Amino acid sequence: MVHQYKNNGYNIVLDVNSGAIHVVDDVVYDVIPLWETHSKEEIIEKLKAEYKESEIAEAIEEVAELEKDEVLFTKDEYEDYVIDFKKRPTVVKALCLHIAHDCNLACRYCFAEEGEYHGRRALMSYEVGKKALDFLIANSGNRRNLEVDFFGGEPTLNFQVVKDLVAYGREQEKIHNKNFRFTLTTNGVLLNDDIMEFANKEMANVVLSIDGRKEVNDRMRPFRNGSGSYDLIVPKFQKFADSRNQTNYYARGTFTHFNLDFAEDVLHLADLGFKQISVEPVVAQDTDEYAIREEDLPQLFDEYDKLAAEMVKRHKSGEDFNFFHFMIDLEGGPCVAKRLSGCGSGTEYLAVTPWGDLYPCHQFVGNEKFYMGNVTEGVTNTQIRDEFKSCNVYAKEKCRECFARFYCSGGCAANSYNFHGDIHNAYDIGCALQKKRVECAIMIKAAEALEEE
Amino acid sequence: MKHVKTLNTRKLQNTIKKGGCGECQTSCQSACKTSCTVGNQTCENTK
Repeated sequence: MVHQYKNNGYNIVLDVNSGAIHVVDDVVYDVIPLWETHSKEEIIEKLKAEYKESEIAEAIEEVAELEKDEVLFTKDEYEDYVIDFKKRPTVVKALCLHIAHDCNLACRYCFAEEGEYHGRRALMSYEVGKKALDFLIANSGNRRNLEVDFFGGEPTLNFQVVKDLVAYGREQEKIHNKNFRFTLTTNGVLLNDDIMEFANKEMANVVLSIDGRKEVNDRMRPFRNGSGSYDLIVPKFQKFADSRNQTNYYARGTFTHFNLDFAEDVLHLADLGFKQISVEPVVAQDTDEYAIREEDLPQLFDEYDKLAAEMVKRHKSGEDFNFFHFMIDLEGGPCVAKRLSGCGSGTEYLAVTPWGDLYPCHQFVGNEKFYMGNVTEGVTNTQIRDEFKSCNVYAKEKCRECFARFYCSGGCAANSYNFHGDIHNAYDIGCALQKKRVECAIMIKAAEALEEE
Repeated sequence: MKHVKTLNTRKLQNTIKKGGCGECQTSCQSACKTSCTVGNQTCENTK
């Protein structure tokens, strides 16, 4: 499968199954769509009004060479491989710990409903957290790197437990020859020097929630009394990011129907000095007024194009920043196995509630249909685990024909469930945006590569 | 090549042989809590 498109003045050809990316001139760009259905003579005949015959012949030769090298029109031979891969015993390697089902903000789009996840307010006790880490170690097989995200609600509302669990994890990792990578997701309200110092010592990554421009942030991320959070959190986040040398963190925002011009928010965060930025579309029910609608897509595509073009410009002038959803590692990216298995929710990645209950991921917490077990007894509802395990790009009809399948790996199961009542489907608006992001990300790489020449 | 510039040399099909160690970061733990993005993760063995 080959996907070709034009963006920001570049002709880009993606060979989906090998992952090869080619920047081509107009004649090759026009030869490729004819390649599999026309003979060489027919191709020349079709294109000779536009190009010199000698040029078309050269282009044909180069396309043939790429095909022979298995970097163009490569066959998809991964379907059997994924079946074998999925037969391996399941290990758990990452937990999302819901340290606090409570929050000091009342974000309007919160899937956890002000941190409470459709339940009551609660803080995770040290005992439950300890059992969660024990469960993780016991179920991690021979995986060495184990990830634990301190999530909420707002985890700084229960920060002593975070500190104690990190200390426990550091003690246990030596005993069991594991390596814990702790991360923290925070809204910044309670952030202080003590928390920053601790996080800089212990947290492999921190996610700092902020949506962008003041009016955008404050509309969706108010305190319970309705006042905005921007003025309080911005200076703290700036200090925090600097204290981490502008690495291993993300200023992370959500965009909604209310700020379809979200590129302005990304650039606003960049102008505030943040170098690591992630801003993503809201996950909502289609009845929510802030939900992204299909008719919003053309504007959102333009925004991604605008953002990508601006990032190319800033790269040239040395004012570059990272945008998470445009990051593509062309040389050291994930292997096929990773690309086929996706985010790992419900299998190697689980969420733990303050009571120690296990769910496939944070997005499913509170939906009793997805209760999987608890940290004391482990995963008892193996049917859910097996259902998530079987969820991959070959199990989803929409993914089979999609050029972006090895970039998103089938997309978010929770999104699919929210819109179709089934994790084996795909959220169409999310897919459209994902495809656009992949195109933009590749264009940026093309621009950078050609600039270096 | 005169008409084509290829940006990457690593072929996905070659990662079948050595890949799948599972030590790399879980995608949702990084910066996307609502949209699955796997293609931008870094391979633990090429760090």
